[in-house]
Amino acid sequence: MSQKVLLNATEVDIILNRLACQLIENHEDFTNTVLIGIQPRGIYLAERIKRLLEESYDINNVSLGHLDITFYRDDFRRTEKTLEANKTKIDFVVENKKVVFIDDVLYTGRSINAALSAIQSFGRPEEVELLCLIDRRFSRHLPIQPDYRGRQVDAINEERVLVNWAENEGKDSVYVVNK
Amino acid sequence: MSELSVNHLLGIKYITQEDIDLIFKTADHFKEVINRPIKKVPSLRDITIANLFFENSTRTKLSFELAEKRLSADVINFSAAASSVKKGETLIDTVNNILSMKVDMVVMRHPNPGAGVFLSKHIKASIINAGDGAHEHPTQALLDSYSIKERLGEVAGKNVVIVGDILHSRVALSNIYALKLQGANVKICGPKTLIPKYIESLGVEVELDLRKALEWCDVANMLRVQNERMDISYFPSTREYRQQYGVSKDLLDSLNKEIVIMHPGPINRGVEITSDVADSGQSIILDQVQNGVAVRMAVIYLLASKIK
Repeated sequence: MSQKVLLNATEVDIILNRLACQLIENHEDFTNTVLIGIQPRGIYLAERIKRLLEESYDINNVSLGHLDITFYRDDFRRTEKTLEANKTKIDFVVENKKVVFIDDVLYTGRSINAALSAIQSFGRPEEVELLCLIDRRFSRHLPIQPDYRGRQVDAINEERVLVNWAENEGKDSVYVVNK
Repeated sequence: MSELSVNHLLGIKYITQEDIDLIFKTADHFKEVINRPIKKVPSLRDITIANLFFENSTRTKLSFELAEKRLSADVINFSAAASSVKKGETLIDTVNNILSMKVDMVVMRHPNPGAGVFLSKHIKASIINAGDGAHEHPTQALLDSYSIKERLGEVAGKNVVIVGDILHSRVALSNIYALKLQGANVKICGPKTLIPKYIESLGVEVELDLRKALEWCDVANMLRVQNERMDISYFPSTREYRQQYGVSKDLLDSLNKEIVIMHPGPINRGVEITSDVADSGQSIILDQVQNGVAVRMAVIYLLASKIK
């Protein structure tokens, strides 16, 4: 399995800071904004963004929830394996809030499509935005684009983009690997 | 392990510990779903489920129907009282007629033990047994164990006594299988006439004295006396049954610990348990009903995902 480093720890750090600043530009003190990490891999990025906002930019009480989209996916019974769910944790009101979905890699757009359906079970947000660390260009199946993007990459279908986090894999890094 | 080992849920006897773990893990997620403002997910929008009830049921039927609807499945209901069964149609014919309308899954309650197993050999659809005579009622046992786990943290190592009419009870048999599978200690308590002769071969102990049984246990699952299944008299009178095997608040308070009281319903208030026990903080009867929907959603979801 060959792999190529796309981003190292320093680059990830610079990008996270930029994304946090872009969020502040649009959402100021976050009183009417909530962050939603998309399970399973988006929650780590979401935790990081929240921590950055609080520790480096003095924004307190950023609401962060985790949204699992398993039961909303459009490939139920179309995959070999049973789709296994993860925990959803949204302990605040979504109604009339500005929601920012956070996921590590935007690929076909189907996860975000499912997340858009899923979030409606919790209320009607005022608006929904999307933040992703890696945007895999030219691979979308649906008309979905990010509002905040870390890095745009061209990866072919035979490749996978892997995002590693210090808290899980030892250090922050992004790789492109051959499947 | 992310898939059930079976294509039908015919009884706890046919599934594994891993299956139960997977069902409970999935039920946790569905429990969160049914506490949302909008309690519905679209997973099963292309699945049609037939609820075939050849025997009366209130809560099981409602619980299954709600679980199916919360998963967005299309549901058709059938009850034997208003059907061609009365005109002499056989079980296979009835079910095949329903299946020819493109039904993917069947939830069936039937008075004959083994009806689900029999049907699974003759039809293609996935089958969930919602009670077959005095044989098994697997989803009830699953929701009972799930409720114990929720209240006490785990099932393994817990002492559970099943009290009452064991002889006619499918809930008892399924519960014994489920509890033993998860490593609980199980005792059976009731009048000798209502305890099957070889019940000990299932690895359970028989205790005829209710007080001793309650002092031993962490959980008491109180079963209903199934008068409708009794062709002969198994005990002298309801009053005597109540005196010997009914649980009252006084009896509970006189124990040296606080035990959990369960009941699969419907309750005969004042017979197997008194009203103040049923409505007390020790009783998890209504939790069982709520968990029933989540557990059934999990079972349906996991079985449906195997329909290709």
